[in-house]
Amino acid sequence: MLKIFLHQLNIIWSQIVSLWLVFLHLFHKSDTVEYPDVKPHMFPRWRGRIILTRDPDGEERCVACNLCAVACPVDCIALQKTEDEDGRWYPEFFRINFSRCIMCGFCEEACPTHAIQLTPDFEMAEYVRQDMVWEKEHMLIDGTGKYHDYNFYKVAGKAIGGKGKGEALDELPPTDRRSLMP
Amino acid sequence: MFSFQVGSLLNIVLILGVVLTLAALLIWMERRLLGFFNDRVGPNRVGPFGILQSVADVVKLITKEDWVPPFADKLTFIVAPMIIPIVMLLSFAMIPFAPGVGIIDMNIGLLFVMAMAGLASYSAMLGGIASNNKFALLGGLRAAGQMISYEVFMGVSILGVVILSDSFSLRGIVEAQQDGWYVIPQFIGFIVFMVAALAESHRWPFDLPEGEAEIISGFNTEYSGMKFGLFFVGEYIGMLLMACLIPVLFFGGWHAPFGLEFGNEIISGVFWMGAKTMLFVCFFILVRAALARPRYDQLMSYGWLVMLPLSLLNLLITGAIVLIQGS
Repeated sequence: MLKIFLHQLNIIWSQIVSLWLVFLHLFHKSDTVEYPDVKPHMFPRWRGRIILTRDPDGEERCVACNLCAVACPVDCIALQKTEDEDGRWYPEFFRINFSRCIMCGFCEEACPTHAIQLTPDFEMAEYVRQDMVWEKEHMLIDGTGKYHDYNFYKVAGKAIGGKGKGEALDELPPTDRRSLMP
Repeated sequence: MFSFQVGSLLNIVLILGVVLTLAALLIWMERRLLGFFNDRVGPNRVGPFGILQSVADVVKLITKEDWVPPFADKLTFIVAPMIIPIVMLLSFAMIPFAPGVGIIDMNIGLLFVMAMAGLASYSAMLGGIASNNKFALLGGLRAAGQMISYEVFMGVSILGVVILSDSFSLRGIVEAQQDGWYVIPQFIGFIVFMVAALAESHRWPFDLPEGEAEIISGFNTEYSGMKFGLFFVGEYIGMLLMACLIPVLFFGGWHAPFGLEFGNEIISGVFWMGAKTMLFVCFFILVRAALARPRYDQLMSYGWLVMLPLSLLNLLITGAIVLIQGS
């Protein structure tokens, strides 16, 4: 009888203790991050909105090699290669369907020219689904993104207007096969 | 007519307006306080500190489709949500807020309040039956069972106060507490009444009629729009009523603690009554934030095996002491 009584008292006591402990939470700081008012700190390597960058000369970096489209696990990238009069390759159109994109960053890793890059911006909600399909003019920025000095055509062996064979950085002039004697 | 007398038009309009406004504000206040208790912030977007949240809720509820399920008993389904706000507001007519502030002074005021609180359970029961839904029916059944068992010792627990004050009129009870609050001689009665009041107003942890973890939303499963809103407002008015009754019965109503009376006795009375009421409203919210809901059999055995004997014992001892002192 006494045991039952003490047990019941213990139960009531624990209720009072929990009331007191919860009451103390009135004076705790709230854990909520009030998001639209307080922006979270985004780290530079965060994989968010995809951009297309330009090289330091202001030309498009993308050479329309399609490696990003191949690497994309959800097939959200579509592009078509074309060429200008100098022989530079560039995409005729470059389209990313952000309603399918999973921000995995494989395209950035696959890109041989650092053209496609992911940025810390994540606020990409739209009211109309069709607005989530972005074209090249939406993604192409004026700057160089994360890699400031890289210029693909300056280091690549491909001849374009104004830069012939062997004129690239660290590139030897083409070997004359006829004079190549042992 | 426009002075502070019991039953004057000014009193009626003021009390009705304040009670309805407070009931709407309580929804915001409860969510905000719960937020603080849970280390969150609660609704803070609509208006200053989110105070207009209830207005936004009401606009949303009113503009929703007023839908009656085709399988429901139409008349009962529509009548059920009206009962609870009406009877809760009727009970407020009895509450004395200050000397000269109140709507009516019945010499059976306490009984009237108890009767109205009992009627309020019809809202849940009829709503549960009329919905023609098994979860609603279970919720209605639970409401009925809970009401029957908790009404019993709620009535018994306040009999000690009635014996001490020799009056069933709420104003008489408050006036009898001039020299000392009944919470001291009637502490057990106060605890029992507190628990019964939580159960009576379907407050946590006794919200088994709507136990959403088990029976979706209990008796108001099928309700939406303003019909649900009426249940909601009715329960908040009920909570306010219980928070008013506790000070009236046990904490001296409008009497100031420690002689802290100031100014006009009406202003001081309304202030202290309001302060005590708000204290108990906050306590109800704290209880909701802190305590877990019991199982239904635990609720029943707790009511019949602990609370009823306790309140009977309290009544017995109080009666004996009063008899000995009187003779």
